[in-house]
Amino acid sequence: MSESVPGPAPEVFAPHQAPVSPPQASEEVEFVQLLTPEGERVEHPDYSFDLDDEAIKGFYRDMVLVRRIDAEATALQRQGELGLWASLLGQEAAQIGSGRALNKKDMVFPTYREHGVAFCQGVNPLNLLGLFRGVDQGAWDPKDNNFHLYTIVIGAQTLHATGYAMGQQRDHAVGDPDNGEATIAYFGDGASSQGDVNEAFIWASVFNAPVVFFCQNNQWAISEPIDRQTRIPLYQRAAGFGFPGVRVDGNDVLATYAVTQQALKRAREGSGPTLIEAYTYRMGAHTTSDDPTKYRLNEDLEHWKLKDPIERVHAYLTRLVGLDQDFFDEVDAEADKVAAELRAGCLALPDPVLTDFFQNVYVDETPQLAEQREQFAAYAASFEGEG
Amino acid sequence: MTKITLGKAINAGLRASMEKDPKVLVMGEDIGKLGGVFRVTEGLQKDFGEDRVIDTPLAESGIIGTAVGLALRGYRPVCEIQFDGFVFPAYDQIINQVAKMHYRSMGKIRMPVVIRIPYGGGIGAVEHHSESPETLFAHVPGLKVISCGDPVDAYWMIQQAIESDDPVVFFEPKRRYHEKAELDESVPPALPLHKAKVVREGTDATLLCYGPMVKTCLQAAEAAVEDGRNLEVVDLRTIAPFDLATIFASVRKTRRAVVVHEAPYSFGPGSEIAARVTEECFYHLEAPVLRVTGYDTPYPPSRMEDDYLPDLDRVLDGVDRVMGY
Repeated sequence: MSESVPGPAPEVFAPHQAPVSPPQASEEVEFVQLLTPEGERVEHPDYSFDLDDEAIKGFYRDMVLVRRIDAEATALQRQGELGLWASLLGQEAAQIGSGRALNKKDMVFPTYREHGVAFCQGVNPLNLLGLFRGVDQGAWDPKDNNFHLYTIVIGAQTLHATGYAMGQQRDHAVGDPDNGEATIAYFGDGASSQGDVNEAFIWASVFNAPVVFFCQNNQWAISEPIDRQTRIPLYQRAAGFGFPGVRVDGNDVLATYAVTQQALKRAREGSGPTLIEAYTYRMGAHTTSDDPTKYRLNEDLEHWKLKDPIERVHAYLTRLVGLDQDFFDEVDAEADKVAAELRAGCLALPDPVLTDFFQNVYVDETPQLAEQREQFAAYAASFEGEG
Repeated sequence: MTKITLGKAINAGLRASMEKDPKVLVMGEDIGKLGGVFRVTEGLQKDFGEDRVIDTPLAESGIIGTAVGLALRGYRPVCEIQFDGFVFPAYDQIINQVAKMHYRSMGKIRMPVVIRIPYGGGIGAVEHHSESPETLFAHVPGLKVISCGDPVDAYWMIQQAIESDDPVVFFEPKRRYHEKAELDESVPPALPLHKAKVVREGTDATLLCYGPMVKTCLQAAEAAVEDGRNLEVVDLRTIAPFDLATIFASVRKTRRAVVVHEAPYSFGPGSEIAARVTEECFYHLEAPVLRVTGYDTPYPPSRMEDDYLPDLDRVLDGVDRVMGY
């Protein structure tokens, strides 16, 4: 009897190994870019920037002002004038580019970091500080500037945006790419893991709602890197929900504008939702309460500094448009003025009246609450005259 | 005048609201073609179209979250949560968004959203289909919480809830959907939304109840006549806020009170009533306020629910105890 010839080794099933290695979410895979970090205009087959250099000068001004407002708010927090601040540092292009693509009738649903979009919508920056100073909870009227209140609970606003967009459909405000209405929902990479965001994708898809999902992937959800939220690039998720997704260089204000404008047009004309992943980087801490040195490397920060959203526009305007220093000095002077006004306004914000916190719990106040308010007022009054 | 079931009365109320106000929308799972698993929305989609009677994807947070957006746009959404135990995925949207929007906007934003929840046990259902979570909503500032106990109230209260500029969680006693009563739609509602009503006058003790327990308490009060006891029964109708004036007036008259609800004993609506009655009617009371309720367990398998739920005998036992002081 001959010895049996050993066959090939059986295949070892290794469940810990993914069969195919998908593209990593943090990889800088191809995105839409129209202005390089060096300030050079480049072409893209699907997107073009169709405004003139005056508009680009305007974007530059917007970004500088917003960065200055943001820095002033951070300083106010450091000096104890704000309880907290969530900085947008590094995300100026994503916010200004998308914000400037909006039409007057479009509606915005922000998180709590969209100071740049608020600026584009004409919200007084001082109004943004109330929430962080603790004098109110963000009490601007969303109807004044089509800019909803900041939403702190991660991702909840994406459903509000989708519902609002369903209202636009029911009001027959959709169907015209220029005069129609659209809604834009801002959220971050961390929010993409929330059930609400995924439910919003489903709703928007099956109802073909005129909503643009604008995800600023700034790579960090406090301390958790994007790889903890996803194994594929976020924009690719849209395909699974049945609508287009696109990744744009979120530090390129021209590309962000062009991509958002196209998505908004699509929504307004009735072609449904789009997911935009603006690939950017949170240059600062999550908020002033955070310490990013505990979880990320300085060299990453240095790498992203080279892609700064403002520097590349500065380079373009200097080298290719030939603007002289006067323009930049004027913008800087205006930024300083805006910051000084913000500081003065913040310090002058009136403290709320003691019984204010009882107000507006209901449209029709309950007798129970009225009783508590009166009891509290009487209790507080009992100290009057005491040293 | 026709006899109408409680379920059909809500249907008629929804229809009346939708006819009156084009901004009223109805949304939820299976509410369109099917008319809801309890048929409460039957026929509405056929008559008002798919834009106003919206079959939603199966995600409760999505239902309430998109309703918030629709309300921001000027609509008055009426959301159906299919069963009591399924509301919790929507809890964040209800508690953090719906309830607080008016407050955080300093009154600039209103949330006229109605959340209908068929609730309570006694129908032999599988788990998560028989719960009474009203306390979990009544405890939240900004929400109003109500429950109807008879078809006439069902017809009017759903319309009043839709007209409310505050968000309302409307608990429908699902085991009473088929109870019938005479409804004359031309007679205006006897009470505004947040008033309780004395459904049986009595002198010896007050039974305070709402929703499915109203019928149980009325039956108990009839049975108690044999024991020579004349019980007053108050249908609370509104849980947040309670109509304390009506509660206090009744307890001051009878000097004894038993609160009856299906929800668990501890931290239930009965706890709040006991506290408030003690504060305000202390010198009128002949006995502490007692509670006949579900127990502090998860809702049990349905073969045991008859023992878990307050019934006529347990209510009478409560009456015996409160009379024993």
